[in-house]
Amino acid sequence: MTEPAVQVTDLVKRYGELEAVRGIDFAVEPGETFGFLGPNGAGKSTTIKILCTLAHPTSGSARVAGHDVVRDKDTVRRNIGLVFQDPTLDSYLTGEQNLRFHADLYGVPRAQLAARMKLVLDMVNLWDRRNAEVATYSGGMKRRLEIARGLLHAPRVLFLDEPTVGLDPQTRTSIWEYINDLKQREDITIFLTTHYMDEAEHCDRIAIIDHGQIVAIDTPENLKASIGKDRVQIATADDQEAIRELKERFDLEAAVHDGLVTFSVASGEQFVPRLFTELTLPIRSVHVARPSLDDVFMSYTGRTIRDTEATAGDRNRAHMMAFRRGR
Amino acid sequence: MAVPTTRQHAGTEPDSGSVTEAIRVSVPGSGLRQDLRAVNIVWSREILRFKSDRLRAITSLVQPVLFLFVLGTGLSSLASHGLPPGVNFRTYLYPGVLSMSVLFTAIFSAASIVWDREFGFLREMLVAPVSRSAIVIGKCLGGATVSTFQGIIILALAGLAGVPYNPVLILTVIGELLLLSFTLTAFGVMMAARITQMQAFMALTQMLVMPLFFLSGALYPLRALPVWLTVLTRFDPLTYAVYPMRYAVFSYLHVSPAAAVALLPSLTWAGWAVPVGLSLGIVAVMGAGLLVLAIAQFQRTE
Repeated sequence: MTEPAVQVTDLVKRYGELEAVRGIDFAVEPGETFGFLGPNGAGKSTTIKILCTLAHPTSGSARVAGHDVVRDKDTVRRNIGLVFQDPTLDSYLTGEQNLRFHADLYGVPRAQLAARMKLVLDMVNLWDRRNAEVATYSGGMKRRLEIARGLLHAPRVLFLDEPTVGLDPQTRTSIWEYINDLKQREDITIFLTTHYMDEAEHCDRIAIIDHGQIVAIDTPENLKASIGKDRVQIATADDQEAIRELKERFDLEAAVHDGLVTFSVASGEQFVPRLFTELTLPIRSVHVARPSLDDVFMSYTGRTIRDTEATAGDRNRAHMMAFRRGR
Repeated sequence: MAVPTTRQHAGTEPDSGSVTEAIRVSVPGSGLRQDLRAVNIVWSREILRFKSDRLRAITSLVQPVLFLFVLGTGLSSLASHGLPPGVNFRTYLYPGVLSMSVLFTAIFSAASIVWDREFGFLREMLVAPVSRSAIVIGKCLGGATVSTFQGIIILALAGLAGVPYNPVLILTVIGELLLLSFTLTAFGVMMAARITQMQAFMALTQMLVMPLFFLSGALYPLRALPVWLTVLTRFDPLTYAVYPMRYAVFSYLHVSPAAAVALLPSLTWAGWAVPVGLSLGIVAVMGAGLLVLAIAQFQRTE
């Protein structure tokens, strides 16, 4: 019997008045890549902090790699690797010195250290730069070194808290290549948080978290399917006639958007052949779009993730201005 | 996705049938040996950092040298009236300047915890599967080593202050410097546990360090002071570190026996002379107490 890599039961975390996490339950299977998707302040980081034994839950329980995060803190710590949002490297030390420090803290046997170090540094393409001071590394290299360090002690669960935040798009892509490669090579469970929709697509399963609660949890495919309809857009010679015919023959409400006749239908791909046979009008082109995770997030939370970010941004700006005035 | 049927737990023998056998590492359980390895690496890092930061080693020499040679020489015509003939004011000042250099370096070493927090590295240490006490002890030992080393550089200048290079004296002073710097680093680490901003840490320590220094008798004898100052000096913990050091240095000076008797410092509690051993004991107990407090501060979880 395999027990879950992460098992969370009715987890609550309160900071004074603020309820950051309001009773969440989920399990992550060994070998899975599991993503926590939500806007900033949704409770992602608080949950990850509890799972990494950095914060005590107010109530409920969490087990990681089969051990309770409160009672069996050190065992949990030995079995997890962590890559935080903010860098946690000593930039005055070299890449290799940073790894050695980690190896000693985690008790990696000295006999295995050299081979293991070579392996993780090769994995993130930093072997050649191992003797350079971390201060000379680029943002992407630092993040890669952190991933290598997180893997050094062969953890069973790797936590990545916003692994690509603050990196440029190319570097983000390359970080994901490393993570995907890692899934192939190491026997490991990956738990990550993100507020980028496209990154959530890399996960086997995702949980959408909003206001401290999980509002949906499933594979990206199923989540997208759960909101049902695909969006179909067709170009015809006579749009008004097409709309009338769609209503008449298929009982579909269509409208013209972006110069195309647009309507929603369940499993759009299967609908297209019927469209060609039953519609009398000639069709010049068809475009079927599956729902995106943006649509999924929207349907579960009533707003897009960018809306929530924008309001948070406005709040920060207002705060900054108040701060400046105060000075 | 292949879900392995047998997972290897930390602390068990490597699973020989595993595909990832070559890269499997088995991390041992917690224990004293593991904690010692952590103490060692935290300590080594402090030394590594100090070695790569030559600028700091040089700049932190400026203040003691100024006190010893500029203030010491400048004030010597005034101050020599109170000293036995043949004894220079610089010689008098020397043990005080030694303590001062250790005082500043030790507090500055502890400040690295505040930097580590700001740059995130503290987190790397605090999430490791080792006891927090291992990390705090490593940090205090590191700070003590680095500031003792700084003290040894001042010790090399002993000749210029008229203090003889006697091996027993040097070893005694190094031992006392180690004790003092450990206690001071522990004090700094305890403060750094709660203060998260560098500016605040620096402001607060400056506010504490200067009175500690001025009240310690590093610059003047503890005899024949007004009552209020006598009381304040006896409450200053640094007094109990400066006194043994001055005692050691003065015992080895090449002066006439009469001058030696006149020069030997004394530290009294309401007329009772405090033995050097007790004085050192007070510093040691304080160091241990501060260390326990510092560990307790770092053991708190959110």
